[in-house]
Amino acid sequence: MSRLAETIQASSLFQLTAARFRLFMREPEAIFWVFIFPIILAVGLGIAFRNRPADVLPVAATTPQLTQALAADKGLRADTMDEAAGTHALATGAIQLLAIQSPQGVDYKYDDTNPDARIARLLADRAVQAAAGRRDPVSAQNRLIHETGARYIDFVIPGLLGMNLMGSAIWSLGFAIVEARQKKLLKRMVASPMPRWQYLASYLLSRLIMLVVELVVFLGFARIAFGVPFRGSLVELALLCLITSLAFSALGLLIASRAKTMEAASGLMNLAMLPMWILSGVFFSASRFPNIIQPIVRALPLTAAIDALRGNMLQGMTLPQLGVPVMTLLAWLVIPFFVALRIFRWR
Amino acid sequence: MIQPLSESPTTAPHATAPALLLRGLRKTFGDVVAVDGLDLEVASGECFGLLGPNGAGKTTTIEICEGLTPPDAGTVQLLGLGWNHHANELRQRIGIQLQETQFPEKLTVEEVLRLFRSFFRRGIAADEAIRMAQLDEKRKARVGTLSGGQKQRLAMATALVGDPELLFLDEPTTGLDPQARRHLWDLVDELKKSGRTVILTTHYMDEAERLCDRVAIMDHGRIIALGTPQQLIASVGGDHIVELAVSGDFGRPLDPRLLTAIPGVQSHRVDAGIHQLSVTSLHTTVPQIFAAIDALGLELTEFRTHSATLEDVFVALTGRNLRDE
Repeated sequence: MSRLAETIQASSLFQLTAARFRLFMREPEAIFWVFIFPIILAVGLGIAFRNRPADVLPVAATTPQLTQALAADKGLRADTMDEAAGTHALATGAIQLLAIQSPQGVDYKYDDTNPDARIARLLADRAVQAAAGRRDPVSAQNRLIHETGARYIDFVIPGLLGMNLMGSAIWSLGFAIVEARQKKLLKRMVASPMPRWQYLASYLLSRLIMLVVELVVFLGFARIAFGVPFRGSLVELALLCLITSLAFSALGLLIASRAKTMEAASGLMNLAMLPMWILSGVFFSASRFPNIIQPIVRALPLTAAIDALRGNMLQGMTLPQLGVPVMTLLAWLVIPFFVALRIFRWR
Repeated sequence: MIQPLSESPTTAPHATAPALLLRGLRKTFGDVVAVDGLDLEVASGECFGLLGPNGAGKTTTIEICEGLTPPDAGTVQLLGLGWNHHANELRQRIGIQLQETQFPEKLTVEEVLRLFRSFFRRGIAADEAIRMAQLDEKRKARVGTLSGGQKQRLAMATALVGDPELLFLDEPTTGLDPQARRHLWDLVDELKKSGRTVILTTHYMDEAERLCDRVAIMDHGRIIALGTPQQLIASVGGDHIVELAVSGDFGRPLDPRLLTAIPGVQSHRVDAGIHQLSVTSLHTTVPQIFAAIDALGLELTEFRTHSATLEDVFVALTGRNLRDE
């Protein structure tokens, strides 16, 4: 048994992976970005989008009577101000809507591209009409639900997870490889009998060890602090994270395959990641983008990863149901990896 | 281009095969001819030095030998084997120290050596390499905390862990202080004693004289002189170098013929007002130099002698000082 352990310890793949792992653990900044930052982000978003009683929207009216009518609605907070002050308040976002008394009735001044303002318009008009004596022909009652899984935090946690898997894979591979090339260490390594594939494999292996820690810490936190649901199979979730991490590792490898300086590498990394931060639906649904760019959005690996993670965690979808995003991710794993192997600059 | 040599069919070490054999080696980078038709043979067990100024093509040559740079033309054989067919075997049997490798700063000396040891099928224990490189006290120290000399010895240790038959050391002491250099020289001595072939590049002539059995002086991608340090120094034509400067010749340059006419003066050159003479025996020639200058009514402002070195060989061959470039 100890002989086997010794053999494994003496193997170059073990030593390379151990070296990578040690280097990572001895880099405090890396620990911060990989483990601490996503939690801080999740906490921040959790606080910003915590489940409050439905928003009370600030509005204003030009006459006290109108203000009183508006204030009767629980969803509105109304002030009285003249038209000039009200217009200024609208422009600065202090109020969502200004109700102006006019000879014919009431004018509503608001921005119809702002969802809150449109809600304010509906509530305000309802309040004004009710104050004027309108009676609804159909009686309606509300039944409110606050189900976990439908909250913003539930939506954003898989997004953050995907983003974190992307960032940690691309950064940790990209920078480490380019640094080794710049310091001529890569050249020294290939001057030794080290099998080249093991060098690249050691990056993936150490990434996988880190991935386990990352997943347990981040998802554990999301579960305990926010009660985020895990509706799908945990094994499949782990598998999805594994594929995601490998796909982004392959992309990181591709980015680092030729770059000679850290500046060039970091430029390329940002170039690769920026469109995904924006388009891939980390913070809001990617389907909001116009149809014409949807094929591009859907083809991005982060979109596929986040779709798959949300499908598993929020909708309890199984792997076969997630065929499209999973295949997209596998394509992103295989193609960049082999291109990177072909064009990799060892010195 | 010279016909490729047939590669030895057996991979066993060949008693008669030279440790290194280069034929018609050529390499250009764009317009620059880095190596210009090099032939070289290094015997097993030899400590061989490639000397020359920066840019002479030493590093390109050694990197071609190490299988890191493919030559444009010519053949390379190490231990009777070629890179095309026996790269894996060769990597196992040679040790390499490159110029300016920076090992990961946050790994310890021991970790770096265990890592490199793991690449070799056979070799010495990492501990043994640490002892040979005299890094025992730094075993647990991180690479980032090592001095320049210690880093260089670590680089040597990574070349040693595979117990190589043939070692390539590229500028092993460049940038080191005198004590660190002597430390490294002792290590190379130890390697020579254990029967390994060592091929090193340097632009320090004293280093080559101290360490090498034979040296090749390179300039502009060619070997311009080859032999033992003693042979090369003897080729300058004198064992000693006299350097002198005179004043009082009223702007008229001192006629070199007056100096070369003195018996025992082998050669003469002027560099920045300093006359350099190579001289076979100081005790008979120097009084005559003094007498000649005296007879001309000139005054000696500078006078010194030293034993001829490889530096003087390079100057004699190229008319330039080694450190000019």
